[in-house]
Order: sequence, then C-alpha cells, then structure tokens
Amino acid sequence: MPAPNALIALEQIGKIYDGAAVLTDASLSIAKGQFVALVGGSGAGKTTLLKTINALIIPTTGRVLIDGQDVAAQPGPALRRRIGYVFQEVGLFPHMTVAQNIGITPSLLDWPADRIAARVDTLLDLVALPRESAARLPAALSGGQRQRVGVARALAAEPSILLMDEPFGALDPVTRVALAQDVRRLHETLGLTTVMVTHDVGEALLTADRIVVLAEGRIIADDTPAALLAGAHSDPRVAALIDAPRRQAEKLARLAQKGGAHG
Amino acid sequence: MDDRLHQALALLPERLGWHVALSAAALALGLLIALPLGVLAARHPRLRWVSLSLAGLVQTIPSLALLALFFPLLLLLSGLSERMLGHGFSALGFLPSLLALTLYSMLPILRNTAAGLTGVDPAVVEAARGVGMTDRQRLWRVELPLALPVIMAGVRTAAVWTIGAATLSTPVGQTSLGDYIFSGLQTEDWVAVLVGCAASAVLAMAVDQLLGLIESGVGQRNRRRWVAGLAGLAIGLVGALSPLASVALSRGQPGYVIGAKNFSEQYVLAELMAGQLEARGARVERRINLGSAVAYRAVAASEIDAYVDYSGTLWANVLGRKDNPGRQAVLDQLRTGLKDRDGVVLLAPLGFENAYALAMRRDRAESLGIRTLADLAAKGGGLTMGGDLEFFSRPEWTGVEQAYGLKFRARRQFQPTFMYRALASGEADVISAFSSDGRIAADDLVLLGDPKGALPPYDAVILVSPKRAGDRRLIAALSPLAGTIDVKTMQAANYAIDRDAGKVSAAEAAKMLTR
Ligand SMILES: Nc1ncnc2c1ncn2[C@@H]1O[C@H](COP(=O)(O)OP(=O)(O)OP(=O)(O)O)[C@@H](O)[C@H]1O
Ligand SMILES: [Mg+2]
Repeated sequence: MPAPNALIALEQIGKIYDGAAVLTDASLSIAKGQFVALVGGSGAGKTTLLKTINALIIPTTGRVLIDGQDVAAQPGPALRRRIGYVFQEVGLFPHMTVAQNIGITPSLLDWPADRIAARVDTLLDLVALPRESAARLPAALSGGQRQRVGVARALAAEPSILLMDEPFGALDPVTRVALAQDVRRLHETLGLTTVMVTHDVGEALLTADRIVVLAEGRIIADDTPAALLAGAHSDPRVAALIDAPRRQAEKLARLAQKGGAHG
Repeated sequence: MDDRLHQALALLPERLGWHVALSAAALALGLLIALPLGVLAARHPRLRWVSLSLAGLVQTIPSLALLALFFPLLLLLSGLSERMLGHGFSALGFLPSLLALTLYSMLPILRNTAAGLTGVDPAVVEAARGVGMTDRQRLWRVELPLALPVIMAGVRTAAVWTIGAATLSTPVGQTSLGDYIFSGLQTEDWVAVLVGCAASAVLAMAVDQLLGLIESGVGQRNRRRWVAGLAGLAIGLVGALSPLASVALSRGQPGYVIGAKNFSEQYVLAELMAGQLEARGARVERRINLGSAVAYRAVAASEIDAYVDYSGTLWANVLGRKDNPGRQAVLDQLRTGLKDRDGVVLLAPLGFENAYALAMRRDRAESLGIRTLADLAAKGGGLTMGGDLEFFSRPEWTGVEQAYGLKFRARRQFQPTFMYRALASGEADVISAFSSDGRIAADDLVLLGDPKGALPPYDAVILVSPKRAGDRRLIAALSPLAGTIDVKTMQAANYAIDRDAGKVSAAEAAKMLTR
C-alpha cells in the first residue's frame, strides 16, 4: 500500500510484450527525498519499470501516481518536462551543442535565453565539465563526458524527480565513484527524489537509501542497504547479489592488510 | 556554322527561362507534396509501402508517355470545368508538363524523407520524448534536422531528373530547352541539338552543385555554406526568369497560336502561316514540335488556332476510316466530318501531298522501264526493297503489297538518312519515301505511280480551331494559301532546312513557298 506521503507510487504494475510478461505486479512507494537504487540482472525489467514512472512506457496493468495524480491522465510532454531522465544509451542530440542539449527542456518551457545560458553554466560546473565544452558537439566528447552532459540535461529544468538508467555505465572506476558521490551530493543539495538503475550492487549499497531488487519482472527485495547486508532476505537470488560485492570487499581488505604487513 | 550558333543562342533566354520556370515549379510542388507524405510514410509503415510503390510505378512510365498522358486528361478536366464553372483552362503546355514532372520528382524526395526519418537513432528519438518534446517538436527539432542530409540528397536527385525530363515537355506544347533537341534532331541541325543538350546539362550540374553546397552545409552545420547555396539558387532563378517577365510585360492581348508537329515540313508551314498573319499586323505565338496525337486534339480544343495536317492521317486517325474513296472524296468527307465531330474547319488544301510512296533512282527506273507500282510488280522480282523502321508494319505497305502482288529479292530496314544513302549506292533499289521529302528532288529520284489508288491520299490541309472558325482576319490571312504550293516547291523548301550545307531557318524556307 502506498504511504500517504508518497511522491511516486507504482501500483501493481504489469507489462506484457508480445505475450511475455516483462513486469509482474510491481508495487513501490517512494517518499519525497528518497534515493532508491533499482538493481537486478540484465533483462530483469529495470529500464521498463523506470520508464513507466515518466510515462515513456504505459503499463499493461496497474497505474503510476505522482503527487497522487495518475500519470496516464496527464499530457506526457508536460509531465516529462518536470521529471529529469538520464538514458541508458545517453541519447544526446548529435546536431545540438552541449549547451543546446543541456538547455533543451528549459527551452521547451520557454525560459528566456539569458536564464537558460546561466543555467547551462551552473550545470556544467555542477557536473564538473569545463565551460569551454558548451560549444562542442556531442561527437567531440568522451563517453564519460557525454554521460555527464546527460545528467546535466536531466537536471536543467530544476525537476524535483530524477530518474537515471545506468548513468555511469561508460565510466572508468575512479570517475564512476566520483560521479556517484557527486550525484548523491546533488540529490541532497537540490532536495531531489531519485531513482537510479544500476548493475553495480556495490555502488547501489554505497549511494542509495533504499535498494529494490528486481528479478524476472518481480520485486524480490526492497530494503535499506544495512538490512540487506545484514542478510534480512532469505531469497538465495538476493543473497547472491549482495554477497558478491561483500566478498570482493572482504578479499580486498585482507589483501590490503597483508600488503600493509609486508610494507 | 557561326550563324546557326548565333540563331540558336538568340533563342536561349526564353527557352532557358521556361525550362527553369517549369523545373523549379515542378520541384517546388513535388517538395510540397512529397515532404509531408514522406513524414507520414515514416510514421505509418503501410502508407510507406503504398506511397513508395505508387511513386515507383510512376517512375517506370517513360517520361515522354507520362507527359503525353496528362494532355488528354487535362482536356477532359478542362471540359468539365468549362461546363460546370463556366471557364476552362489550358490543357496544353505548362500545366500538363508541370503535373507530369511533379509526379516524376516525387519518388526520390518521398523515399529519402521516409528513409531519413526512419534512420534516426531510436535512442535519440526516445531521448526527445524523454526531455518533454511533443510529437511536433520532436519532428521539427530532432528528426527533420537529423534526416536533412538524406532528404537533401533526394532533392538533388529529383532536381537533376526534373531538369532532364523537362526537355520532354516540348511535344505537349511547352517551350523548353527540349525545343532545340526536338527540332534539331528533325532537321539534323546538330548545332541546335548540342546547344539544347549542353544548356540542360549545365543547368542540371549547376543546380546539383548548389544543392550539394546546401546539403553539405546542413550536414556540417555550416551556416555560411547553405546560405551561399540558397542565395546561388535564388539568384539563378531570378536571372533565368527575368527574360520571361519582360516578355510577359511587353505582351498585350494574346495573339494567334500556330501549331506544328515535330518535323521539318511542319516547321516551314507554321512559319508560312505565322508570316501571313504577322504581315496583317497580328501577333503570333508558335507551338512547334507537338506530338502527332496532341496536335489535332489541341486544335479541336482551341488550344491552338491553326496547324497543317494530312488528309490520310485525319481520315484514319480521327474518322477511323480504312477505305479509300479517292483524293477529292476524302477531302470532301473530311470537311463535313471534322466540322460535325469537333467543329474543326478544314480551311485550305495547300495543293501538295505528303504521302507514302515508293521511290527509285531515275537512271535505275528508266533502265528497268519501271514507272508505276504495276511495273514494279511485273519486273521487280530481283530487286531489294528498303523501308524506314516502321514502314513494313504500316497499313499502307500491306495495302500496296496486296493490291499489286509485290515481290522482292530482299527487304531491308534503315534509319531514314541511311536509307537514302543505300539507294544512292545501290544497296537498295526501291525505298519507302514521303512524297514531299526534299531529298527526292535533290537526289533525282522518281516516285512510282499508283494506278490502282492503293496508297491513301495525304493532302496537306490547314485546320482551324472552332474558336477561330469565324475569325475574319485569320481566314483572310490563311485561305489565300489554298492550292498555292506544289510538291516540287515544298520539296525544295524542305531540302533547304534539311540539307547539311547551307541550311536555312524555317522562316527563310517559308519565304520560298510564297515566291
Ligand atoms: N519494446 C520491447 N518489445 C519487446 N520486448 C521488450 C521491449 N523492451 C524490453 N523488452 C524485454 O523486456 C525485458 C526487460 O527489458 P529491460 O530493458 O527492462 O531490462 P533491464 O533490466 O533494463 O536490462 P539491462 O540491465 O540489460 O538494461 C527484456 O527481456 C527485454 O527483451
Ligand atoms: Mg536497461
């Protein structure tokens, strides 16, 4: 049951593609200010579930409420201008400069040009891109820089909800950790409600307040990182998911101790 | 040579102007229809399939046929609108050419628009929805800009096709660079043919380059490039059209329109009629190179005021008759038949025939003692018969062959020019000929007599449109021509514009007829 103060409420979402159920009975209630990570194997339905939130995908059954309003009853474009979305494939507009890409939603909202320009500068700083890159085309950026532009574009129109689908996929581990921390910081300072899809359970455990595990279109766990690490879930699929990064961390810690002893 | 080039170039501004006006209008109309259709086709797979199939089908119709098909269709529509709205429109010239070329230009634009739009990266399309664009904003801000290079490539192809095909609008009565090519090929005036081909090729290349500049400018987001391309097109368009504007301004009320089919004799006779009218102070427009089927319909619909046709052609093609009651009876029955059927006035038989005939070299005929087709049947068993490419399949040939029981050693087909050479060199003994052909006198040939009357008569006659049937000035100008031209005179005039050396213009050749 959705909590009364839920900003985003998914009610028994089901999605069927060509007779195959991709999502089954997925319910989720997200309070304002939460940072939720959506994890699960490839093809588990994470992207599909995320896209139902801003009505890029219309569920076959169930409904999505934002601020208590059914999204199916609202005009899609207006809804999506209020919700930042970072795509798995980034999807920058190749014919627009970085600045035009970042400023696109504000321009759709008819912001004045100077306000857009100022906002673009702010966002370039926020995602740690040099301001000179504003005039470049996406083709002239590295994969990681493109993903930063993707995040900046999602935040440009000052949304209160941020949806991110593997936003750090193309990044090296160092940048990845740094950008994850940056996003968490943005989440705090901007007072966002964030849903982030990720493959990286370690990243999810370190960044999110709450972790939702999807398997074959069903939610099989929904808990805090601490509870999951404490082994609150008996489902072996959840345990396997959590164990992998934990073992890796333990091995690394041991290795570091040994190395410390030798040195 | 210099003189012919000079004459040809003097006509260039008007012909080029019309060619540009026609191509540009067809391309603009093609864009106007094919672009939105391409956008719809990209969204709806079934519509894409249907529209591309139809456009592809149009493309397989030879462009000359497509142009010719629009004329009767427009005549029909014009007739309908005349009856329902009280006024029709001209089915000859610009309109049928415009419509046919528009259809012709659509396929590449349609295909490339649909392909360009469906080729846009789906991730980018979804991102456009994700940032909050409406369908329309997505089309204008993302899909069209990204598809633009592909669309422009289609527009380039369409432009080159349209400019090339516009030369074919001549036979439906539209002035274009094709006038050079059609007349030049007829009179073997290679200077004119070259001027026409070169002008249309240069035009096509220039437009292609300018559109290429726009295409690359758009592709590289280089504003200066595409603005330069657009400016070049605009300047070229204004430059090419300005001669037309000055012609239109200097022109008062519309004058008489004299038509001609697409061969030398017709050009000369059109000039003859035009000269008669102009001598009486009338203004005359010429529509030469009309297709054979187009010309009669055009006069019946009063799209042209007068032209010369031949009794045998009208007899068979308009009245649908196959019998041969004799030269005078054919004329008499045509006079009433055409009037009753279409209101067309058979004004004046000019005095000569341009009939199918069999011809031999004089020396050969005399030594064999052959003067008529009957002689030929008796003595021609060892001879070789040459015919132009269609002669042996024509009813005239079957008629003669059966009436006289002609037998030859061999039968050969030739291109007309080579047929006369074969006769001169003795490779052929007898050839098919048109009785008013200039080469008959020039090569000293004899036409064999037809005592059984197996060959239908082909008297040259002036036809006048229903609209001008009671026009005193026209009648007064043209009726004195009746019976004034014998076949020798016509042969000489035809030879003067057909011969290789010392070619004269049709207008000068026409003066030979009134001397
Ligand atoms: N448009 C579609 N038509 C048919 N099947 C689809 C469609 N979109 C997704 N699917 C299927 O739905 C399932 C879930 O897809 P989804 O993209 O949500 O997975 P995911 O969890 O995001 O995977 P990944 O981690 O690989 O991105 C997959 O089996 C996929 O093949
Ligand atoms: Mg996914």
